[in-house]
Parts: sequence; structure tokens; C-alpha cells
Amino acid sequence: MMRKLLTLLLLVTGAFATAQEITVAAAADMSAALPELVTAYTKKTGQAVKLSFGASGNLTNQIRNGAPFDLFFSADEQYPQQLIAEGLASKDTLYRYAIGRLVLWVPSGSPLDLSKLGIQALLDPSVKKISIANPATAPYGRAAEATLRHFGIYNQVSSRLVVGENISQAAQFVESGNAQAGLLALSHALAPAMKDKGRYWTVPLDAYPTLNQAAVVLSKSKQQDAARRFLEFLRSPEATLLLTSYGFSLPAEKR
Amino acid sequence: MNWEAFWLTVRLAAIVSTLLIAIGIPIAYWLTYSRWRWKFLVEAAVALPIVLPPTVLGFYVLVALGSRSPFGRWWESLTGHTLAFTFEGLVIGSLLYSLPFAVQPFAASFGAVDSTLLRASASLGQSPVQTFRRIVLPLSKAGLVTGFALSFAHTLGEFGVVLMVGGNIPGVTRTISIDIYDQVQTANYSSANQTALVLLFISFVVLSIVYGVNRRAWAVGPWR
Repeated sequence: MMRKLLTLLLLVTGAFATAQEITVAAAADMSAALPELVTAYTKKTGQAVKLSFGASGNLTNQIRNGAPFDLFFSADEQYPQQLIAEGLASKDTLYRYAIGRLVLWVPSGSPLDLSKLGIQALLDPSVKKISIANPATAPYGRAAEATLRHFGIYNQVSSRLVVGENISQAAQFVESGNAQAGLLALSHALAPAMKDKGRYWTVPLDAYPTLNQAAVVLSKSKQQDAARRFLEFLRSPEATLLLTSYGFSLPAEKR
Repeated sequence: MNWEAFWLTVRLAAIVSTLLIAIGIPIAYWLTYSRWRWKFLVEAAVALPIVLPPTVLGFYVLVALGSRSPFGRWWESLTGHTLAFTFEGLVIGSLLYSLPFAVQPFAASFGAVDSTLLRASASLGQSPVQTFRRIVLPLSKAGLVTGFALSFAHTLGEFGVVLMVGGNIPGVTRTISIDIYDQVQTANYSSANQTALVLLFISFVVLSIVYGVNRRAWAVGPWR
């Protein structure tokens, strides 16, 4: 009896919720910035936005298999392009909302002098494990791999790499002290949860292909207009200011 | 088919189920014969991994065995590395994860031994340990096989804990379930399918052994 009532309650509230909410699938590097953007947006417009984070590749695969998302914020541009090519996203909505930055991050207690050593810090014997995101599904993982190859140290460190399912898990591996260094998203390094817990060195932009983070409205969304409006908000000065405070640079200021 | 991941997983499952025989028998012995009134609390604790999400276990293993915890520091000073992202770390996580799948069938079969046999053995001057070794253990063969096979199969299919503490290192912590997950996430469905089929087949064989061994002893399942 109780269970039936609960089920009914869930069904009813669920039905109401989907009528107005939009659901956003977003790259894990947005896990700190996007909730803030949503809070500001909801306050302004009353529009509720549900967020679902993961590796961009995983989310793309979920979208291919019918996941009920309205909008997709990728950490690169390839995944949205693939979805457009497959007819699963609208080309005219494709928008580069930010350029992501990769950083080398170590916990506060680490003896490594990042400003002096830069990427070479990874060769220090005290670094037993280096966490990166999964290059197969996460753009930040691919950027990390490209960086290690760019500096010619990939073969020296490859046996010490531990792979997070997405960039948030990679961050959590170092933050929890289980890995001694990580190639993470700048947006995580600047997020309140990690800001005071470590130091970082920003990987130069020429070390990896630019992380042009693009968003796109999905074709199967039943709330095309609401989704487009949220995407429009991303271009507002308020939104771009917040994104830059998380270390994202904006496509316009691309060097 | 990723054979490296396959053999790694088989090795993990074999080590864990073998260790669980050694760890599980004393626990099951105590659970069967203890008259302590709070015994039910220990029974509940042993059964916890059945109901707990693997993420809870994974979280605790990562934090409690990490370099911030006393145990983690002790382990690090001993071995020079943290437990997470290592094969030993997976063994420890899996021991916890599969514990009830060994202990419960063990305890059930110990408890099913006719108590008149135990009294007869005692009256003939055998110590409790001798009675256990000579009467209870031989009569519990089916339960021991069941516990071994179930914990083996359960470890074979472990996913959440490995995802959280493994770090997906080929040849060290990339188990077969993680490999399938990666294949699916990168849309290599045919490769995922092959591996999944192998796992399905092995799991069926192992469970068939369990139910085959128990077909006389139990009508439905191996648990009490």
C-alpha cells in the first residue's frame, strides 16, 4: 500500500517536473561552473534546469542510445559535430561556449616546485601515480596524453598513469591523496572544493589541441525553445564573467 | 576480446575466493556456534555488502585506505605506494565485497550438521576443533563448494568498487567488467558483446556447479 502510494507520488511529481524542466548533459569539467550558471538562470527566468555530468564521450554514447537530454555541453567540439552528422543535434545551435584549460595539479602538501619544474615535476620519484581522465572518452584525457607526448615524457610516465572515468574522478584521485599529481581541468582547480587544497601549473596552450568546448541542442528534445534560450544565456555578460572566473577563456579572445 | 583483462579478473577472483575460504570458515564457525546475544549484529555486518551499493564500499576503500588515513600511511610506509590503483587494493576491496557470499553458505552448511553427531563426537573425547575438522567440515562439503563458487563468481562480476578504486590500469586493475564498460562507452558494441558473452557463459557454468552440488541438499537455494 505504502509503496503504491509512493510510486504514484513519484509518477505525478515526475510528470510535472518533465513538463517544465530542461535536462542538460554536461562534460564533467563543468561540474562546478554550470550549477552556478543554472542557479543564476533559474533565479532570473524561473526555468528549472537539471544537470547530468559525465565524460563527453560517455554522454555522446548515451545520447546516441536515446538518453532524454535537451542540451549537450561537451568538453570539445568533435562530439557535438558527430551528433550533428548523425542527425541527433541541430547544427544551427552549435555554440563554442568556452575554451578549456589543462593544468598540472598537486596537493598542498606536495614538495614539488611546480613553477620551477613545470611538467618535469611528473618525473620526480615522489610522484608514484599520475591521474588523468580516460583518453578514450574524455577530451581532457586526450589533452593530457597529448601534453605528455608534446613534452616527450609519455613513455617515462605511462606506467604511473591512473585513469579516471571522467575528469572529475581524475581530480578526486589526487584530491583524496591516492595519486600525487594529476592533469586536471583548470575549472576544477579553481572550484571552491579544490581551490585551497593544492597548487597548479597551467599547461601551455600549444602542448595539446585546443579544447574548444561546444554546446548543442539535441534534435530529440521536446523543449527546443527552452533549450535555445538557456544556450542564449551563455552568451550574456553575466554568464561569460562566471565562466572566466572558473578559468575558461572565451572563443572571442582565442589566440 | 581482451584476454589480459580476462586473465587478470580470473586471477583476482581465484585469489579472493581462496582467501575467503581461510577467512570465511572461522567467521562462519563463530556465527554458527556462538551463543553471544549480540551475535545478530555481527551477522548483519557480515551481510552488509549484499545490500550496500558498491559505491559506498569503493568510497570507504578509497578514503580509509588512502594516504590520509592511518592505515593508508602505514601501508605506504611498508610498501612505498598507496593501496588504490593496485592489484592488492582490488583484492582487499573484493574480500569485503564478496565476504557474505562465502560466509553465509559456510555457516548454513555448518548449522545443518546433525547436532547428535557433534554430541557423540564430544562424548568420545574429541575436542571441539577435532570435531569440527573431522565431522562438520566433511559434511559441509557442498556449502564450502557453494561459498567458494559464489564468491568467485561475485568477484568476477565486480564493477563499482573497481571503477572507483582501480584507476583502469591495463594488466593491473582493468578487469573484464571495466573493459566491457569502456567498450560500450566508446561504442565498440561487437567487442563488448564478445566479452559479455564469455562472462555470461562462465557465470552460468559457475552457478550450474553451485546448484548441481546442492541439488540434494537444498530444494531452492543455498541460503538459510
